[in-house]
Amino acid sequence: MLNRQGRPSSAGTAGTNEHPTFTGNKALAQIEPLIFEIGHTETTGVDFDEPEAFTPRLGGMERKDAIGLPGLSEPEAMRHYVRLSQMNYGIDTGLFPLGSCTMKHNARLNERMARLPGFSDVHPLQPASTVQGALELMSELARYLVTLTNMTTVALSPKAGAHGELCGMMAIKAAIEARGEGKTRNVVLVPDSAHGTNPATAALIGFVVKPVPARDDGWVHVEDVKKLLGPDVAAIMLTNPNTCGLFENQVSEIAKAIHDAGAYFYCDGANFNAIVGKARPGDLGVDAMHINLHKTFSTPHGGGGPGSGPVVLSARLAPYAPVPFVTVKDGELTLVEHEEDAAETPFGRMTAFHGQMGMYVRALSYMLSHGSDGMRQASEDAVLNANYIRASLSDLFSQPFGDKPCMHEVLFDDTWLKDTGVTTLDFAKAMIDEGYHPMTMYFPLVVHGAMLIEPTESESKASLDLFIATLRDLAMAATTGNDKGRFTGAPYHAPRRRLDETRAARSPVLKWTPPASVAEAAE
Amino acid sequence: MRYLPLSDTDRGEMLARIGVKTVDDLFADIPKDKLLQGLIDLPRRKGEMEVERILSRMSARNVPASSVPFFVGAGAYKHHVPATVDHLIQRSEFLTSYTPYQPEIAQGTLQYLFEFQTQVAALTGMEVANASMYDGSTGTGEAVLMAHRVTKRRKAVLSGGLQPHYIDVVKTLSDMASDEVVTLTPDVSATEDLLSQIDDSVSCVVVQSPDVFGNVRDLKPIAEKAHQHGALLIAVFTEVVSLGLLQSPGSQGADIVVGEGQSIGNALNFGGPYVGLFAAKSKYIRQMPGRLCGETVDADGNRGFVLTLSTREQHIRRDKATSNICTNSGLCTLAFTIHMTLLGEAGLTRLARINHANAVKLADLLSGVKGVEVLNRTFFNEFTLKLAKPAAEVVERLAEKGVLGGVPVSRLLPGAGLDDLLLVASTEVNTDDDRAAFVAALKEVL
Repeated sequence: MLNRQGRPSSAGTAGTNEHPTFTGNKALAQIEPLIFEIGHTETTGVDFDEPEAFTPRLGGMERKDAIGLPGLSEPEAMRHYVRLSQMNYGIDTGLFPLGSCTMKHNARLNERMARLPGFSDVHPLQPASTVQGALELMSELARYLVTLTNMTTVALSPKAGAHGELCGMMAIKAAIEARGEGKTRNVVLVPDSAHGTNPATAALIGFVVKPVPARDDGWVHVEDVKKLLGPDVAAIMLTNPNTCGLFENQVSEIAKAIHDAGAYFYCDGANFNAIVGKARPGDLGVDAMHINLHKTFSTPHGGGGPGSGPVVLSARLAPYAPVPFVTVKDGELTLVEHEEDAAETPFGRMTAFHGQMGMYVRALSYMLSHGSDGMRQASEDAVLNANYIRASLSDLFSQPFGDKPCMHEVLFDDTWLKDTGVTTLDFAKAMIDEGYHPMTMYFPLVVHGAMLIEPTESESKASLDLFIATLRDLAMAATTGNDKGRFTGAPYHAPRRRLDETRAARSPVLKWTPPASVAEAAE
Repeated sequence: MRYLPLSDTDRGEMLARIGVKTVDDLFADIPKDKLLQGLIDLPRRKGEMEVERILSRMSARNVPASSVPFFVGAGAYKHHVPATVDHLIQRSEFLTSYTPYQPEIAQGTLQYLFEFQTQVAALTGMEVANASMYDGSTGTGEAVLMAHRVTKRRKAVLSGGLQPHYIDVVKTLSDMASDEVVTLTPDVSATEDLLSQIDDSVSCVVVQSPDVFGNVRDLKPIAEKAHQHGALLIAVFTEVVSLGLLQSPGSQGADIVVGEGQSIGNALNFGGPYVGLFAAKSKYIRQMPGRLCGETVDADGNRGFVLTLSTREQHIRRDKATSNICTNSGLCTLAFTIHMTLLGEAGLTRLARINHANAVKLADLLSGVKGVEVLNRTFFNEFTLKLAKPAAEVVERLAEKGVLGGVPVSRLLPGAGLDDLLLVASTEVNTDDDRAAFVAALKEVL
C-alpha cells in the first residue's frame, strides 16, 4: 500500500539482519578491507620502466629502510575506491539539509571547466606571458565578487573560509597597527552564536575574544554591542545572516556604533548565499568579509575540502590586502607577488602561490551560468525553501526565537522532544534510516539541542514535500513515546550502526598497524 | 534556469503556505533602503555552451605544461597522474559529500582518510599524521605555532633554504601573533650555519630538504642540536616524490614533518588546490592542528572510523583551539591516496628513481652549455643553474621559443642579488626530446 508520494503508508519494523549472510556483505553493500589488508608492497598499478644505470647525486642520503606502502593493481584499486564511495552520502544521493554548510547542487559543467588544460595544467610560476588567460579569470572573478558585495577590493588567495577569516582579521590588525593603536586595541567582540572559527581565528593572532551575549530573539542588539565598545575594541566578528538563520536587523546601527568607536566590522560571509543579489555587504558597513566559494558559489565540498575563501575589503582595509594580486602593467595582466612591488601596503602573504585556482574557475562558471538574475533567484529560492519547511513543521517542532521568517536556513531546538527520551542526536540518526542526511546538530551552541536545516535552492517542491512528510512522521513517532527504539538505536540501515566516538578518543588508533603475528613473521 | 527546480506555480503555492504575499516579505529584516530593487550590474544567465565558450577562450590564452618541454618547479611539480585518479574523485559520493560529521553515512571518506594518515606516517617516518592541511606553506605556519605550544617558547629559526613563499607565510603569521622569527640568508651552497642559531630560547628549527635550490640536506646534526636545547626540528618538503628515494625526515630525528603533497594525484592548477601533509611524534598529538580520523567500532561491534580528538578543534574549543582550520583538502587528499595506492612502494620508489635519473641526465646536458654552471653537489629532481645572463630574461626568451625552462630565483627572492640563478626541475614527464629542445633553446638564448 503506497501513498501519494510512493512511500509505504505505514512505517515498517525497525529490525534488520533477519537473514545474515556468510560474507557479512548485504548485496550491494560490500564490506571493504583496508588497502593494507589487501595490497602488497611489490604490487603496482602504474607502469614505468626502470631507468638506465646512473650515478646518484643524493650525497649518501638514500633511504635504506622499507617504507611499508602497499600497492594495488588498477582493477583492484578501482573496486576498492568504488566500494568506499558507496558508503558515503552526497548531495547527488539525496537531500542534504546541513545548515550553515550550503549543500547545493554541484554542476558538472564547472568540473569540466576547471579541468581545461589552460587552467589545470599551468604552473603558478610560469612567466606571466604564458598565463594571461588564467590571470584574466582571476581578475574577472574578482570583478564579480567586488560587484556582488559593493566592496573596494578582494584578496583571492585564502584557501578556505577560516583562512579567509584569518586574512580579514590580519588586514584589520595591520590597519590598527598603522594607526599606532596596535598595543591598545586588542579586543574582538564575537557573539555566542558565532562559528567556532571566529574566536579561534581572533585568538590565533593575539586578539582577546569578548563574547556578545545571546538574546532570546536570536538577534544581536546594538545596545549590547555599545556596552562592550571602547578604545580597546579592534573589531566585531558578526555573521550575517547569522547562525540562527536570521538577518541581523540592526546591522546598520551596529556598523555605525563599531565605526564610531574606531573599530572595524568583520562579517562572516558563510551565509552570503541567502542574500546574493538582494543586499550588498558594502551597503551595510562591512569592512571585511570572506566568501566561501564552496558554499555560496557551489564549488564541491569534496568530503571536507578543498575550499576557497576570498575576502572582500572596504576602502579602509584595501591598502592592506595581502600579496599576490593581479594588476595591469604595460597592457599585460601581471601578478604583484612581493610587498615591495606593491603601490599599497600589503600585510604579507597567506599562502604559497596564488590561492585556489581550481575553485576560482568553478565559481566563475557558476556565476556566468546563473547571471545576475539567476543568482538573485537562487537566493530567493533558498530562502523560500527554508521558510516552506519552517511553515510546514512549526506546529510540531519548537522554534527557539518564535515563529518568524528565516533566511536560507531554519533553526529548531529540542524543547518539543522534552521528556520523550529522544535526543536531537537520536532524531538525526533516525533521519539517516529514512534516507536523509541529518541537519546540522547542536549548533549554534546558544540553542539547546539545535537542529539547523538548510535545504538550499536545489530542492524541488516535491522533494521538500517528501522531506517534510518524513520529518512529521518521525516527529509523531518520537512524541507518541512507544517507538523510542527507532531513534535511540538508529541508524539500523546505514553501512554502520552508531559508532563509538568515546572509545575512539580515549585510546586513539590513528593509523593501521600490522597484526602482531604478521609483524613477527616479518622479523 | 537549469539549476533551479521551482516553477512559478510552486513558488506561489509555497508563499501561500508560508502565509506571505511576496518573497520580499521574507527579506523584511534587511533595512528597507538596503534591499536591492533591480538586478546587480552583471551579465544575465547563460547556457552551458556559452559559458564553455567564454572559459575555453580564457583557457586557450595559457600555455599548458603538457604542451611544451616543461622544467618549472620550486614547490609545485608536473607529474603524470593516472586516469583512474580523476575518474574516482569525481564519483558523486566523494565529490558531493561533506566533512564526515555523520560517520555512519561517511565511512567511505573516513576509511580513505585513515588509509591516507597511515600512508603519510609511513612516508615521513613519523608516528601519526593528520587528515591534511590546505597546502605545504600554510601547514608550515601551523607547524611553527604547534612547536610554540609544545615548547612554550615563541622563537622560530628558519633555514634560508626554505621555499621563500613558505618563509613569507610563516613570517606573516608570526608577525601577527607577535612571535619571533630568525631567517637565515638564502644560500645556494647549503652551507648556512643553522647550528649556531639554536639555543634555549628557540622553539623550533625549520629546514627544507631538498631545499629550494635542490640541495639534499642532512637533518641529523640539526635534530641533535635542537633536542639538546629542548627545541623541535620541523622538517619540510615541497616534493613528496623525493621521499621514495631519500631517508625519511622521521628517521633523521624530525619532531614535526610538513610538506606539499601536490605531486601525487594533483594537477598543477596554477597553484591550488593542493594538499598539505602533516605528521608528528605521537606524544604531541593533542597539540596537532587539523582533523584526525580514528578507528572505533559500531553498536554491532563492526570496525568503523570517526573524526576524533576534536576537543583540540575550533568547533569545540573556540578561542582555545589548536588551530582555526575547519575545511581542509578533502578531495585532494583522496587524489593523493588513490595515486599512492596505485603506485605502492614498488611504484613510488621507481618513480623517484626515474625523477632523479632524469634530473641527473638534464644536469649533465646543461652543464655542457656555454654560460651555464650547475651549482648543486646534491639534488633530487631539481637543481640550480648559474647563467651568464639574468635568469628572468632567459626564461622569457625560452618561453618565446616554446620551452618553459624553470623559475628565476629573482622571482622568488627579488633584490637578493641572485638574478643569475635559475631553478630547473625535471620529472618523469620529460623525454629525451624535451631535454634536447631545452639545451638547443638555451644555447640560442645565452
